[in-house]
Amino acid sequence: MPTQTNSHPATDFREVLQPSPFQTRIDEQCLVQDWMSWNGYKTARVFDTLASEYFAVRSTCSVMDLTPMEKYRITGPDAQTFLNRLVTRDISTLKPRRVTYVIWCNDEGKVLDDGTIFHLSEGDYRLCSQHHQLDWLLLSSLGFDVNIEQETHNIAALAVQGPTSCSVLTAAGIAGMEQLKPFDIGYSTLNGIDVMVSRTGFTGDLGYEVWADPANALAVWDAIFAVKEKGLFDIRPMGLGALDMVRIEAGFIMPGDDFNTAETAIRADRDRSPFELGLAWLVNFEKPYFTGKKALLAESKKPAKRRLVRLSVEGNKSPTDAFLYDAKGGSRIGTIKSCVWSPILKTNVSLADVEFVKGKPPASIWAEIYYQKELEWRATWAKCTISAKPFWTHPRSSVTPPNKF
Amino acid sequence: MTKSHSVVIVGGGHNGLICATYLAKAGHQVQVLEARDSVGGGASTQSFFDGYSTSGLAHVLYGLNAKVCKDLKLNIDDASFTQPANTISLQLDGEHLILGRDDVSASSLSTKDLEAYRAFKKEFRGYAKALQPLMMNTPPRLKDMDKKDKVTLAKLGWSLRFGLGTQSMREFLRVGGINIYDVLNEVFDSPALKGAIAVDAILGQHMGPRTPNTVLTYLQRLWGETQADQSIPVGGMGKVSIMLEKAAIEAGVAIRTGAKVAKILVENGRSQGVVLESGERVDANIVVSNADAKTTFIDMVGAPQLDAMFCHRVNSVRQNGDVAKLHFALDTLPNFTGLSEQQLTQRLIIAPDMRYVEHAFNHSKYGEFSDNPVLEMTIPSLNDASLAPAGHHVMSVSATFAPYHLKDGWQQQSRDAFVQRILETIEHYAPGFSTSLIKLELLTPVDIEDQYNIAGGHWHHGELSIDQSFMMRPVHGAAQYQTPIDGLYLCGAAAHPGGGITGVPGHNAAQRILAMGDI
Repeated sequence: MPTQTNSHPATDFREVLQPSPFQTRIDEQCLVQDWMSWNGYKTARVFDTLASEYFAVRSTCSVMDLTPMEKYRITGPDAQTFLNRLVTRDISTLKPRRVTYVIWCNDEGKVLDDGTIFHLSEGDYRLCSQHHQLDWLLLSSLGFDVNIEQETHNIAALAVQGPTSCSVLTAAGIAGMEQLKPFDIGYSTLNGIDVMVSRTGFTGDLGYEVWADPANALAVWDAIFAVKEKGLFDIRPMGLGALDMVRIEAGFIMPGDDFNTAETAIRADRDRSPFELGLAWLVNFEKPYFTGKKALLAESKKPAKRRLVRLSVEGNKSPTDAFLYDAKGGSRIGTIKSCVWSPILKTNVSLADVEFVKGKPPASIWAEIYYQKELEWRATWAKCTISAKPFWTHPRSSVTPPNKF
Repeated sequence: MTKSHSVVIVGGGHNGLICATYLAKAGHQVQVLEARDSVGGGASTQSFFDGYSTSGLAHVLYGLNAKVCKDLKLNIDDASFTQPANTISLQLDGEHLILGRDDVSASSLSTKDLEAYRAFKKEFRGYAKALQPLMMNTPPRLKDMDKKDKVTLAKLGWSLRFGLGTQSMREFLRVGGINIYDVLNEVFDSPALKGAIAVDAILGQHMGPRTPNTVLTYLQRLWGETQADQSIPVGGMGKVSIMLEKAAIEAGVAIRTGAKVAKILVENGRSQGVVLESGERVDANIVVSNADAKTTFIDMVGAPQLDAMFCHRVNSVRQNGDVAKLHFALDTLPNFTGLSEQQLTQRLIIAPDMRYVEHAFNHSKYGEFSDNPVLEMTIPSLNDASLAPAGHHVMSVSATFAPYHLKDGWQQQSRDAFVQRILETIEHYAPGFSTSLIKLELLTPVDIEDQYNIAGGHWHHGELSIDQSFMMRPVHGAAQYQTPIDGLYLCGAAAHPGGGITGVPGHNAAQRILAMGDI
């Protein structure tokens, strides 16, 4: 039988938001006290300024607390077949010590959430997800001999991201970092503490995620920031604000922000299939049956109605929440979901939900942008271009061994 | 070894045989695979003690469908096939009620109740008839409707609006979803009469008279009356299956008994055939399952071949039985106070009033068997002396409530205690009954599950509740006799319109399969 362990550290009833195992250090470094809730944890949106955090991850190294991310341990004789029935990708080819990006759907082939599967060791898996998924995992486990344990609160995790991240971790004392290929998992130690390091991240840059026992959380944090004390590298904590900038540049989607997850969609056409999210490459019809396969097969034979696309928007006006039209003053064909002014690309980049015409993207897309000048509203039109590739990529994110600094 | 057929039917219960016969008549090569040693499933005659046989599960026939009988040339009115039976509701004072199709007779009833019974039966049989277009068709989908779905809905709407008329339709819509307790209290004065009618609304269900939905279950029972009068088959319910088996063989159906299906083979979302428990593989273009939803999907197809939420829905079907079956071998004809020998051939029930029935149900809610169970009794050896040695008799009893999940489990002590309660109940009406008892057999819902391969041991393969009926029976996604697996169909009580020895699911499934044209 699947079980749920709940080892929330005891919190005072006045603490509406759960403290992370790194909270003492985060509180010290968060100068602007700009807090938000992430899965119920007290999480910094910004530590000092958005710009410094953004440039840290793109030019040196940033550190972000990942503990609030939902984590589930999947074990038992049917762990692999269970996961393979859950997600749209073929998990049977995922070797131990490897990670893969996955999505999973409901019976109607609409996406419930995305996440990553870590094959920790033979038959021992960790599923990380954006949203709470225990109910769906337990429901999906009928007929499988599998053990499902929520371990969100049992593991402390730090994302260490940026061009110097490999050098930082090596300097902090974790051996073997340079051998990790993208999506590899390595087991190592840091000052005698057992850590697991995966070459994964949500920034599109070179980066790692360090996983440890919550009891060792502060020791791991201190060892990494000690590298900064030595004056070797600039290392800055990063809040969710800067993360949102870099993930849009990298073209990573956020369930709940860029599309309604199927579980939360109430209106009939508000949920989205993998095809509608531009994630057809994650759907494998050759592998054994998975939830939603029948519906997706049927959908794949019809012309696409809409797609979440990467959209560059001309000009310097922020297209936040802008409507999209097929011509200046034409018919409305979509909306901007997430957008950011990319400091590194010097342009507005966005993710947008766009209606297709006869299975094809519209010939032209225009955004109607409302903006203020000294509290006076104005409107303007900006031409948009669909970007086939992520807005920003860099060879350093995939090269092994990474460049030394 | 691999054999190939155009159709394999999993389970040779009456619906499986009927579906097989229709498909064979349409020119298809059909193989019926039955786990037990004989066909019939719940409609069978079983020997439970040397020389004594009786209906294994179902023992009263009420609504073997008229069209099925006509198509398969079953002469249900033939005296060698069935004997008509009224219901006699036993009373402690000996003033028994005799309930017929249209009239009730009892010296204790007022003229008002006698007239009310006639009017009530006419009105409610009218409602049941109005459901006819829905009962004899594939239930229409409400989403992505095709032309046939729209026609069925239109016919149902027409039948309700113009078949019933304004007054009756309004009344039907008022009572359709409520409980039989309130309705009977509105119509009748006599507690005894109300108790007797309430039995027909709750027997076989996990419901008491006060449970919402019991008007619908009563209407489904009454729909049987629109097909044929209530009767007792001569030679036990197995008689029906013998006739159906004969019709099937004549139509060219191949029947194998002792062939228990373990798995339904699925490749790329399409059924390929079945694998027997012996390991033998039987290939077929299409597979039709007469088994209940859980057995079909969770056990035979397997969750890995299906969507997660669909499996969850199947697993959540309420299909735990609440009726035990008892078979008594008697060395003499029991003597029920105030009943003639002729009257003993009828359907006898013990349900003196609605409070009695509701209190019996209360126990079941908390995982106990009823202290004072509701009983339905027949003595089939009166119609066919060959069922027992000369001068001896067999009595067949359905006893409710006996929950599948008994709090203490159905161990010997619980079984003995329950049998004791039943014997004591019968003794009130037939003093000295126990002294004539030679041997008895008790089938709890757990035994029914084991012996008849019905998960949960439910008569109807699932409660006949609104949320498990029509376009939601057994669950949405499998309610049009089709399933998420291409080439796999349902034809049993798990499918619309549900259980009872009606043959309608088998008939409707065959029509659907033939219309699909993928054999």
